[in-house]
Amino acid sequence: MADRSLRKNYARRYWAFAAPAALVVLAVILFPWIFTLFMSVMDWKVGQNPSWAGMSNYGKLFTDERFIYSVWRTAYFTAAAVILPVILGIAAAVCFHRNFPLRGVARTIFILPMMATPVAVALVWTMMFLPQGGVLNYILTLAGLPTSQWIYNPGTVIPTLVFVETWQWTPLVMLIVLGGLASLPTDPYEAAILDGANPWQIFRHITLPLVWPFVVVAAVIRTIDALKAFDLIYVMTLGGPGTASETINILLYQTAFAYYDIGYGSAMVVVFFLMIMAVSAVLLRVRQADLAR
Amino acid sequence: MKKHYRLRRILARTGLYLSVFALISPALLFFLWMLSLSLKTEVDNMSIPPVFLPNPPTLNNFIDVFEKNDFLTYTYNSIIVSFGATILALLIGVPAGYGIAKAKAVKAAMLILIARITPGLSYLIPLYLMFQWLGLVGTLTPLLITHLVITVPIVVWVMIGFFEGLPNELEEAALVDGATIWQAFRYVAMPLARPGITVAMILAFIFSWNNFIFGVVLAGRSTRTLPVAVYNVLTFEQVSWGPLAAAALLVTLPVLLLTLLMQKEIVAGLTAGGVKGG
Repeated sequence: MADRSLRKNYARRYWAFAAPAALVVLAVILFPWIFTLFMSVMDWKVGQNPSWAGMSNYGKLFTDERFIYSVWRTAYFTAAAVILPVILGIAAAVCFHRNFPLRGVARTIFILPMMATPVAVALVWTMMFLPQGGVLNYILTLAGLPTSQWIYNPGTVIPTLVFVETWQWTPLVMLIVLGGLASLPTDPYEAAILDGANPWQIFRHITLPLVWPFVVVAAVIRTIDALKAFDLIYVMTLGGPGTASETINILLYQTAFAYYDIGYGSAMVVVFFLMIMAVSAVLLRVRQADLAR
Repeated sequence: MKKHYRLRRILARTGLYLSVFALISPALLFFLWMLSLSLKTEVDNMSIPPVFLPNPPTLNNFIDVFEKNDFLTYTYNSIIVSFGATILALLIGVPAGYGIAKAKAVKAAMLILIARITPGLSYLIPLYLMFQWLGLVGTLTPLLITHLVITVPIVVWVMIGFFEGLPNELEEAALVDGATIWQAFRYVAMPLARPGITVAMILAFIFSWNNFIFGVVLAGRSTRTLPVAVYNVLTFEQVSWGPLAAAALLVTLPVLLLTLLMQKEIVAGLTAGGVKGG
């Protein structure tokens, strides 16, 4: 008992170490949050005096077609921008887990897209996507395939953005799953090889179940990042053509910093944050259920 | 039987090499094309069919970027903001990571995680208003402060992991010998955690350098960081591809070089935390 309270005291002394960081978190993270909640119940446009609005900003969200469409678009974009990188990332991790010459170099090249400055990358992709004179359509023609309007057509803009997002973020999934593969025990494999299992059976019945918790972590991180994707979409399309690629985050930016509707933008922030929290919570619950099984 | 086995081995190897080639070629071809665009004349860049190899390569696009734009100012801004935010984050984040790891403060760690989940835009409306009231919009201070939103969580998160992995015995010995907990941290734990500090520093720097969203909202004409400058200035004021590709390459070059040189540290840090700010 005495020992326990001593330990507790001991632990308390370490709080001093976190005090400066706590101050920063308070100033640049917590304060903005409280202030956002306050703004969200005000009728507040830049250049006008704010006035009390109650829940009307929130009410408006449910009838605002532009917002509702942006929610669906975000869901569509996120689903695709999670599933593709996760599948490709697992495949890549399995490859990079094997030993081969120049593995380090190959892995470094593979992770360059996720490290490179998103704006720089997005600008070069934009040049490549130009329907006339862009290098991608030239390559498609050369291969005898039909050309595409890429980001310049409402029907193809989101798949194209998903393609770039996949190109950029598959490496993160690969790294997390690769970390998982490195921690796996070797005995089940020896047993399986003795039993004459083929590589696909080994992957499906041993590797995948063992590495699954890491896949879920990667999927959660990917989901959060895809939901709040901004740089790529902003630079390549700004939500266009029309509003065909306007996700919640882009609409949020337009509302607050192009239309200067601070109150409505703040309500959108709150709802958007709750959505992200809800989706992450569901995914983490899936993970716990998996672990309990 | 033996021959059959060898054939299968060769097939498996070939399959592996082909897969790896297929995996890395999108990244490789992309960056090579970026380089090619930046080294070609405008005539070659616009020609159909496209010219793949610059012949002869020209550095005019790079000269153009520096001559026609205030590129040096933007580079200076980026350096001040990213270095400033990284150093400040290390000063406050390394002790915080230590404190949280030692006190096993799971809730504090969760708070850091929430900072990771929150979209960058949600900090920006209130902070933008606050900086406006304080009269700081148009200076580098708001940028440096908001970049702490990216760098502090990365540093704290990486450091919690590293300090948790260190054995306790050495510090306990120091404490028994009469050292204060500050001394135990400063002279025992911190030197041991140097690899962790390197990882945290590199990742915080890269994600601060790459950040676009904070600059787009908070930077004035002369306080643009490089990503904002390359988007704003170059895309609107000149549409030629060569200089644009050259500028894009210059912006991302420090990060690409860091990745190539420090790939081991970066991989270790990313595998541990899956960190990314904004």
